[in-house]
Amino acid sequence: MNSTPLASPELRRDFRAKSFDFASFLFGGATGLATLLILGILAVILINTLVNGWSGLSWRFVSTIAKKDFFDPDTAAILPMIVGTTLRVFVMTFFVIPVGVITAIYLTEYAHNTSVFTRIIRSAVNNLAGVPSIVFGLFGLGFFINFIGRNLDTLLRYDQPTWGHESILWASMTLAVMTLPVVIVATEESLKAIPTGLREASLALGATKLETILKIVLPQALPGILTGGILAVSRAAGEVAPILFTGAAYFIADLPHKLTDQFMDLGYHVYVLSTQSDNIEKTRPILFATILALLLLTFALNVVAIFVRANMRKKLRSLQ
Amino acid sequence: MTETTVSRLNVTAATAVAAGGDIAPLIDVRELSLFYGPTQALKRISLTIREKLVTAFIGPSGCGKSTFLRCFNRMNDLIDNVRIEGEVKIAGQDINSREVDVIELRKRVGMVFQRSNPFPKSIYENIAYGLRLHGTRDKSTLDGVVEQSLRSAALWGEVKDRLQSSALGLSGGQQQRLCIARAIAIRPEIILMDEPASALDPIATAKIEDLILELKREFTIVIVTHNMQQAARISDHTAFFYLGELIEYDNTHKIFTNPAKKQTEDYVTGRFG
Repeated sequence: MNSTPLASPELRRDFRAKSFDFASFLFGGATGLATLLILGILAVILINTLVNGWSGLSWRFVSTIAKKDFFDPDTAAILPMIVGTTLRVFVMTFFVIPVGVITAIYLTEYAHNTSVFTRIIRSAVNNLAGVPSIVFGLFGLGFFINFIGRNLDTLLRYDQPTWGHESILWASMTLAVMTLPVVIVATEESLKAIPTGLREASLALGATKLETILKIVLPQALPGILTGGILAVSRAAGEVAPILFTGAAYFIADLPHKLTDQFMDLGYHVYVLSTQSDNIEKTRPILFATILALLLLTFALNVVAIFVRANMRKKLRSLQ
Repeated sequence: MTETTVSRLNVTAATAVAAGGDIAPLIDVRELSLFYGPTQALKRISLTIREKLVTAFIGPSGCGKSTFLRCFNRMNDLIDNVRIEGEVKIAGQDINSREVDVIELRKRVGMVFQRSNPFPKSIYENIAYGLRLHGTRDKSTLDGVVEQSLRSAALWGEVKDRLQSSALGLSGGQQQRLCIARAIAIRPEIILMDEPASALDPIATAKIEDLILELKREFTIVIVTHNMQQAARISDHTAFFYLGELIEYDNTHKIFTNPAKKQTEDYVTGRFG
């Protein structure tokens, strides 16, 4: 090969790396290791659950109602728990999305960013996210059941406590309060990401602020709002503490029929099976099968939500 | 020439521009000051703008020309801590008075922004948006206005076969013409343009300029530009702003060939700014 020599030899030298970049190598390695660690933990949990729970899982187990001893692998069944957990997640979503979205709209579109009032709301939202979930449970018991529920019963003159006891409704609303910050923050982020130019364009055409929000801002923000919903569902599906005092029952040999019924819950049932059993060894397969069912249910709920969001994004993207 | 003569001359010129025979001005601004918190962005500006002319606001960045433009459709309402003193009359009405409905005002005073901002909707829906807002539901009326607006914005030929496809698929220049079409669809009397061509290439810019000259037959156009050649090419009157003050306002030809003020001359000849 006969390559023409470069005009100046300095040029060639300048491109050569001066030394091995050890810091970059170390940092890259560390991030990779951290990721591996997370994956490893996840794998251990999944494999352990699968290995121990696979034998307990059967169609009868997930599709029937245990009429008596649910510690006995031959009669144990978890249909009421699956129904209960699914219901409470859906009812929670029904409450948390509207309230969270409306709050986020207020914070981004209406509130003056610098005002003391707005700052108080924002820090309240952040603090709400840091409250331990058992405290939400106690709050639900005190506020929803003892205050709202009992007063409703008095007002409506029911002889029997109808609203003033634990139920799917109050458990779901307690979870909704708990997951509110997640929805608010996710919605706020997606609202902020919408260019001011779009809002101005709409207002300049004589749209009111409300019209602008409903027709221009919200449609764009929907996928982001759904992300908030997905996060809220994932968080709530596995929570047990908030529903301990507000709706979860130890044992009901039936499915819940209305929102004011108590219900059995997968997460709570895992707790019951692992602490109340006389014979741990015998109960182990159904314990792990219940955990497996809970994981699969959470996964399924997420998949549904993600599918809806993907569909929505596709619709939006076809216009972008 | 002494200082007093200059300013007297300037006033006479501005009034002459405004008076233009006996036609009443469409926009009449008196002693307008605007404050962002404690900072004064506009300083006692008075000028009048006549119907069906193109009036250009020029001046270096930060001179207040865009802020001033946004006073005409009260877009400054959207910003916190803005205080306005003085009067802006459009067709004889003080637009900052309590009785004025800002929605009605914005229907009569349309706006095109510096960065084209089509909605992430179809081309058709972009144009129909304003009409639907104001209550037009009839499909054939909408179709008619969409076509007419796109024709007026010289865009019909390029998009007539893809009205239902996304507006975001258009080129920058097309998007800006779409925004102009969207603004004229609700038949405003005045169109405010805030540096409408500053993000476009020379060919797209030329198209927008041709369009402005075309639209002038039906609409009163007020345009902010930092491109002096553009102001010279398309406007009838030009106002030069500097540091929140209106320095000079006159026929465009006069501003560019024989300005009364030294500052104006320095700016239009490119000595500063």
